[in-house]
Amino acid sequence: MKTAIETHNLTVAYNRRPVLWDIDFQIPEGQLIGVLGPNGSGKTTLLKSIMGLVQPSSGYVRLFGQSLDEVRSRISYVPQRESVDWNFPISVREVALMGRYRKDKLLGRLSREDHRLADEALEKVGMLPYADRQIAQLSGGQQQRVFVARALTQQADLYLMDEPFAGVDAASEEAILTLLKDMKQAGKTVLIVHHDLHTAHQFFDWMVLLNTRLIKCGPTASVFTAEYLKQAYGGQLTILSQVSDLVKARDFPIRERSFKDQPK
Amino acid sequence: MNAFWIILTGALVATSCGLLGAFLILRKMAMVGDAISHAVLPGIVIAYLLSESRDVLPMLIGAAALGVFTTFMIEFLYQKARLQIDASIGITFTWLFAMGIILISLYAGQVDLDQDCVLYGEIAYVPLDLWITESGRSLGPWPVWILSGVLLLILLMVLLGYRGLKVTTFNPEYAAAIGISTVFWHYLLMSAVSVTTVVAFESVGAILVVAFLIVPPATAYLLTEKLHHMLLLTVGLGILIAVSGYYLAVWIDGSVAGAMAVTSGVFLLLAVLFSPFSGVLTQRFRQKAALVPPGE
Amino acid sequence: MSDFFTFSDPNVRLVTAGTILLGMSAAIVGTFTFLRKRALVGDAIAHAILPGVCLSFMITGEKHPAYLLVGAVIAGWLSLLVMDYLSSRTKLSTDTAIGAVLSVFFGAGILLLTSIQHSGSANQAGLDQFLFGKAAAMTRQDIGVFSGVAAVLLGLVLAFFRSFKLISFDPAFAKSIGLPVRRLEFLLSTITVLAVATGIQAVGVVLMAALLITPAAAARFWTDRIQMMVVLAAAFGLLSGLFGSWISYTAPSMPTGPWIVVLLSLIAVVSVVVAPQRGIWARLRLQRGNARKIRQENILKAFYGIGEAADAPVATVSVDGLRQQRPFEDRALQLGLRELVKKGLLHKHKPGDYALTTKGLQESRRVVRLHRLWELYLTERMNYAADHVHNTAEAIEHVITPEVEAALLRELGHPILDPHDAVIPYQTPPKPSAS
Ligand SMILES: Nc1ncnc2c1ncn2[C@@H]1O[C@H](COP(=O)(O)OP(=O)(O)OP(=O)(O)O)[C@@H](O)[C@H]1O
Ligand SMILES: [Mg+2]
Repeated sequence: MKTAIETHNLTVAYNRRPVLWDIDFQIPEGQLIGVLGPNGSGKTTLLKSIMGLVQPSSGYVRLFGQSLDEVRSRISYVPQRESVDWNFPISVREVALMGRYRKDKLLGRLSREDHRLADEALEKVGMLPYADRQIAQLSGGQQQRVFVARALTQQADLYLMDEPFAGVDAASEEAILTLLKDMKQAGKTVLIVHHDLHTAHQFFDWMVLLNTRLIKCGPTASVFTAEYLKQAYGGQLTILSQVSDLVKARDFPIRERSFKDQPK
Repeated sequence: MNAFWIILTGALVATSCGLLGAFLILRKMAMVGDAISHAVLPGIVIAYLLSESRDVLPMLIGAAALGVFTTFMIEFLYQKARLQIDASIGITFTWLFAMGIILISLYAGQVDLDQDCVLYGEIAYVPLDLWITESGRSLGPWPVWILSGVLLLILLMVLLGYRGLKVTTFNPEYAAAIGISTVFWHYLLMSAVSVTTVVAFESVGAILVVAFLIVPPATAYLLTEKLHHMLLLTVGLGILIAVSGYYLAVWIDGSVAGAMAVTSGVFLLLAVLFSPFSGVLTQRFRQKAALVPPGE
Repeated sequence: MSDFFTFSDPNVRLVTAGTILLGMSAAIVGTFTFLRKRALVGDAIAHAILPGVCLSFMITGEKHPAYLLVGAVIAGWLSLLVMDYLSSRTKLSTDTAIGAVLSVFFGAGILLLTSIQHSGSANQAGLDQFLFGKAAAMTRQDIGVFSGVAAVLLGLVLAFFRSFKLISFDPAFAKSIGLPVRRLEFLLSTITVLAVATGIQAVGVVLMAALLITPAAAARFWTDRIQMMVVLAAAFGLLSGLFGSWISYTAPSMPTGPWIVVLLSLIAVVSVVVAPQRGIWARLRLQRGNARKIRQENILKAFYGIGEAADAPVATVSVDGLRQQRPFEDRALQLGLRELVKKGLLHKHKPGDYALTTKGLQESRRVVRLHRLWELYLTERMNYAADHVHNTAEAIEHVITPEVEAALLRELGHPILDPHDAVIPYQTPPKPSAS
């Protein structure tokens, strides 16, 4: 199996307070992967650092064995729903069409093919009937589905989705899940931040259990055990958070300069 | 004829400002626009002093420099000094504006700007500043030409950069994820705001520029559900505001720019009350209508 | 200079008293505006006051400061209500609401002001001084009104200090303990409007926000306590008022208001840079201190490592030996060695040859102990593989305080060996019962 995502000694801090410590894992291609952990455990931060949206204090990420910039067009990112202002004057279809935007293709008309892909994606998530609605006039679950449609429009190989099931009812959840499973069948890799422990072990083939540090990463059966879940959800490690506070308060570097690791 | 030039100037200012302001308010950066419009003042004065003329180019350069400096300073105070954002904005622009006023007082003899004009401009003088060719033909007022040039640039930027501006405004994280530089579009917009502020400065002054930056797009925002409709409506409103503002000013014999700001406020009020989507009164009517059973 | 500071000229006394009074009361009230993150609302109120002033002049035909103040307060309040309405009832965001109200009200003010000017009313001269303030032209009557207002403001702030503190800090909590939050907010807003309405006489509508916010922002860098913040902000308001008046006294063409604002900004910039703890300079010093600590501790560790391998803890080590132990940067190494000799942690035998002192040996043991404890913590509590923990421990060993060390020892039960089976060095060997 080839590796889709590899993080190496990834440490990320906000205002110098580390929220991810030395995350080290590898995820194979063609899997449905769940990222689980309690609130504030750094799941969103992990996704953001994979997408280069936050700078790690140390460590690095490789996607398909390459750096992000080399494979950017093969990666699709679905941010948390709270990341946009839903009152923005934009229609459902326009959001889906954003999936066809490219860094070097901001000019010129979007082709008929682009429009077809967007509509197809909307159809798949059941949002085509709402295509001309302004996005504030959708329910939370529908908004989430629009984001998924935009990701589908991107036609990527690796999908990183931040809580696509948040606020989605059981029927839509089922629909989206089927969609994701189809994508997996087609050889795509889908990484999903997920909150619901009850459904997690049915959904995912592979899991990343996180709580500031990596608890465990591996096939679902080996990760989804009482022991590891207790470690992840049993609260913060007091000493670790004490040290995090010290690093912030005293403005210490998390890595000594000469030890910053670089991709070889 | 004077009336025509004044209204045209007002409409040009309103359109240029409105197009940029639409993106500012969607980015929740209206007050950064306000700050920039104040902060360009020292840039203008310094450009006057250095170039010893009212040439457009040095002024634009001075203003753009100050505009970018303003955004820098706000970000510095916010991120490096960890001051809260509203205070960072407030301190930055009051300081720069105060410096500008002091410079004007210091070099009162050399700088052809007075304090009041800084605040509300002298749009009524626009028709006097004619562009006369060598052969003595008048091509109309200078400011109108300059404003048209700037409007053209802004139109070009909005048309060519439509998608970039749209995606970085709507969802900056997504934009960054697909490799679009949010920093580039941010500073492009800020420089455009600075440049527009400066050319609008003489006709409407520092503070009323803010009315044109914020109020027409805010009105359009309440009335539409698509970005390009919002931009088009902003342009239409700008023209309407220029015309009605002019006649209001004539009627009560006051500042034209001030009157335009007031009429823009009137349009905003109407939109708040009667917008088909969110209007306060519209919704009340709808509720009443809904109470009446159908068929009666 | 002395001329001014003897305050023998009654006019100087008047003007200075006026600016100081206005500066201080705005600064005190502004502390709460700042803490409630409403700096820009303050700015908008200041602009919105202009039409109120003009209207009350048009109605009364007089420039008596009390009349103008009434108009100002009404307009200021109205603008607050409109801003509140726009941002809570429409989809406009707060900053858009502020900007729209600010510019439209100000436009209305300008329209009225110019209209009054054009009407040729004999009495109107001086009304436009509201734009930039008229510190230098204050009358006895003005000062009378301002002192009254300032006294009221100060009295209210003192009387309600604890409630204001609470609603600025945590309105939800204030509500939960039964404070009448809405009424207190109303009072605080009224006080703010009053302070702004009087303050604009000194610096004008455009720069008023600075008088309100800048002193508090500067004060914030020096203290975490709200009482102290109010006192400092008032002091900054006083200083800038005093020196602003002085500048325009010595150079009459200089406008007082803008100078007050520039002085305030200067105080703020100085605070940003030099304030202890929060200041940028203090942070840089902290970072330099950290770098020094890291440099020294790394050298000590290298000594320990060499001593451990040779089983001769205080053996003499050459600079080359140190370099082989760890890839030091040349300059950092030289610097660190000098610092350590000075601190009495190293002996310098001859140029290029050093050995640990007893104190140095203890210190080096401490650093190595922390390193190995942290490695153990990472493997035992955070599931890291033993070959992955070295780099993190390299950094964290410098951060760990004695308290955290004690907690680590408790949690790990005074371990003997680290994950690489190296011995964890204790000052006194642990009692067998502890492991
Ligand atoms: N921009 C930021 N600035 C400072 N701290 C932040 C920032 N974003 C997140 N944090 C902090 O970093 C930690 C991890 O946040 P993150 O959003 O990654 O958690 P999460 O696992 O996605 O949580 P949730 O389940 O609530 O979405 C939290 O403690 C949070 O407070
Ligand atoms: Mg999250």
